[in-house]
Amino acid sequence: MSGKIRVLIAKPGLDGHDRGAKVVARALRDAGFEVIYTGLRRTPQEIARMAVEEDVNVVGLSLLSGAHKELFPAVIAELKKAGLNDVIVFGGGVIPEEDIPFLKKSGLGAVFTPGTSLQTVIDFVKNNVKPR
Amino acid sequence: MKKSEWTEKAKKLTEKFPERKKEFVTGSGEPVNSLYTPEDMGEVPSSRYEEKIGFPGEYPYTRGVQHSMYRGKMWTMRQYAGFGDAEESNQRYRYLLNSGQTGLSVAFDLPTQIGYDSDDPKCKGEVGKVGVAIDSLKDMEILFKDIPLDKVSTSMTINAPAAVLLAMYIVNAEKHGVKRSDLTGTIQNDILKEYVARGTYIFPPTPSMKLITDIFEFCSKEIPKWNTISISGYHIREAGSTAAQEVGFTLADGIAYVDAAIKTGLNVDDFAPRLSFFFNSHNDLLEEVAKFRAARRLWANIMKERFKAKDVKSLMLRFHTQTGGSTLTAQQSDNNIVRVAVQTLAAVLGGTQSLHTNSRDEAMALPTEQSVTIALRTQQIIADESGVTNTADPLAGSYFVEALTDKMEAEAKAYIKKIDDMGGVVKAIEAGYIQKEIQNSAYAYQQGIETKDRIVVGVNKYTMEEKKHGELLKVNPEVEKKQVQRLKTVKTERSQKDVEAKLQDIKKTARDGGNLMYPIMDAVKAYATIGEICGVLREVFGEYREKVVI
Repeated sequence: MSGKIRVLIAKPGLDGHDRGAKVVARALRDAGFEVIYTGLRRTPQEIARMAVEEDVNVVGLSLLSGAHKELFPAVIAELKKAGLNDVIVFGGGVIPEEDIPFLKKSGLGAVFTPGTSLQTVIDFVKNNVKPR
Repeated sequence: MKKSEWTEKAKKLTEKFPERKKEFVTGSGEPVNSLYTPEDMGEVPSSRYEEKIGFPGEYPYTRGVQHSMYRGKMWTMRQYAGFGDAEESNQRYRYLLNSGQTGLSVAFDLPTQIGYDSDDPKCKGEVGKVGVAIDSLKDMEILFKDIPLDKVSTSMTINAPAAVLLAMYIVNAEKHGVKRSDLTGTIQNDILKEYVARGTYIFPPTPSMKLITDIFEFCSKEIPKWNTISISGYHIREAGSTAAQEVGFTLADGIAYVDAAIKTGLNVDDFAPRLSFFFNSHNDLLEEVAKFRAARRLWANIMKERFKAKDVKSLMLRFHTQTGGSTLTAQQSDNNIVRVAVQTLAAVLGGTQSLHTNSRDEAMALPTEQSVTIALRTQQIIADESGVTNTADPLAGSYFVEALTDKMEAEAKAYIKKIDDMGGVVKAIEAGYIQKEIQNSAYAYQQGIETKDRIVVGVNKYTMEEKKHGELLKVNPEVEKKQVQRLKTVKTERSQKDVEAKLQDIKKTARDGGNLMYPIMDAVKAYATIGEICGVLREVFGEYREKVVI
């Protein structure tokens, strides 16, 4: 029997908006994944450490403060440093369409902008992530 | 015809011609009947009027806190604004004042709100993004350049380090010859909601409450026209709560602040007249109007019966409103102009004292000049063209609105009682109760959207392929560099010895007791930075650790 998919939902940086992160975390949990939520004000290093500790398959980053171009790539860099090369990373929050190509090039598998349905996020995890 | 006959007849018709939905509910999920009559307002309407509805400007203030309401004075049009550095924000403030807004409202960036300087490694990428970067008095001086602080009232959305920004505001005003006793404005200064809905806390609850009550005491002596706090429901609602929770949790926070202030030895009438509130204006117009009316009535009752306030000003719930940011869509963003117009009507029909209207592009970025102009014009059109300002509380007596007001009051009261039974808001937060309630409502709200029980036009109904949207505001990426440079300059130009001494004074007061506003004012005058001042306070008070509730 293959293991369950483990998801880390993270809040990098100083942004205090956690409604979306919590709703997504709960939806993913209801969809059958194991979900850990980091809480607010995590540094990229802390997020990578938690990803290692919790042995996750996928990391979701939530950010509404405009610092995504600095913080999302920083998280990906820390994940790589920690040896987590097969972890899928997705992002969401207030992210202008025009920044998405840059974020994808930095290594994000998907970016979920305002109006995205929970089903879309669930399907992305289902279709792109394999449990170890 | 009697009501029961009508109901029978309507039922038969519904069997033949079904209604659009099985159940009709408000935006917050309250069931709505097909008909409301005088029966829904309780007993005999005329005696009920005196007790429950009353008169504008008179207890229990259901109908408004002023006798003349908007016939006397329009609400203050106060657009929340700020981005980049102080120069850019100063420009936007002067543009907004020239466009007819009647009060200022300052948005600070996250480093400032969380007590860090722009050069702190934790702040990479955050400087100037969600508001203006303020590191020291120098930035404040630039922020208010050419703005007459004796004529313009300023609201500052700052919480954990509110004492520092208030000190900077006063010192800057006095440098420009304005007496502190002439200053008008507000600081949000509401830490309790930060722990459950907004997230820009620094210190744990107990020292945070001390900072807040120090400010109450300081202002009652030094700046009597200043609103010392803006007890907020806006963010609680944005975090996903229902309307009743918005009122219940906000007034519970208010009770906690009044309790804390009284415990320090202040008399309730010394500070209560300068408490103010801040609510959301959401989609369901009639429910929102009921919400505002219920909040006023409930607070007046609490101040009179629970806290035995004697000054009538202590009983009046005065509030600022912001239209609900979370209702804005990125899809077909011009639709947001319509949403904001409806939400503006709700706030005005609800009797707000001050209003910020969101711009059409704010689901995606901070507003462009063009977008914020439309948002301001929305207020001006409703003020000058719609006629709803011609009389106080025009919806009073509506069977539906009165029934909803009663229901809202009862539900909010029940939340307050629950929190009282837990030992108050701080205990309720420690137990994760408020966070869980908000989260459950938020999840239910989103599930409604997923199942289409809740329609969001352009998102789950009437969707369409869109051309690229208009220009969005981009914060100058050089701001972080500029602020770091300015910090270096400030530090070389000031007396380092003086700053060290003043920081030690803050530390001593924080440790040993005394009103922190005075040593903070002295440190600010010496050009100590917000990071330095909050750093010292962090040493003494420690940092809050979030209780992660999921």
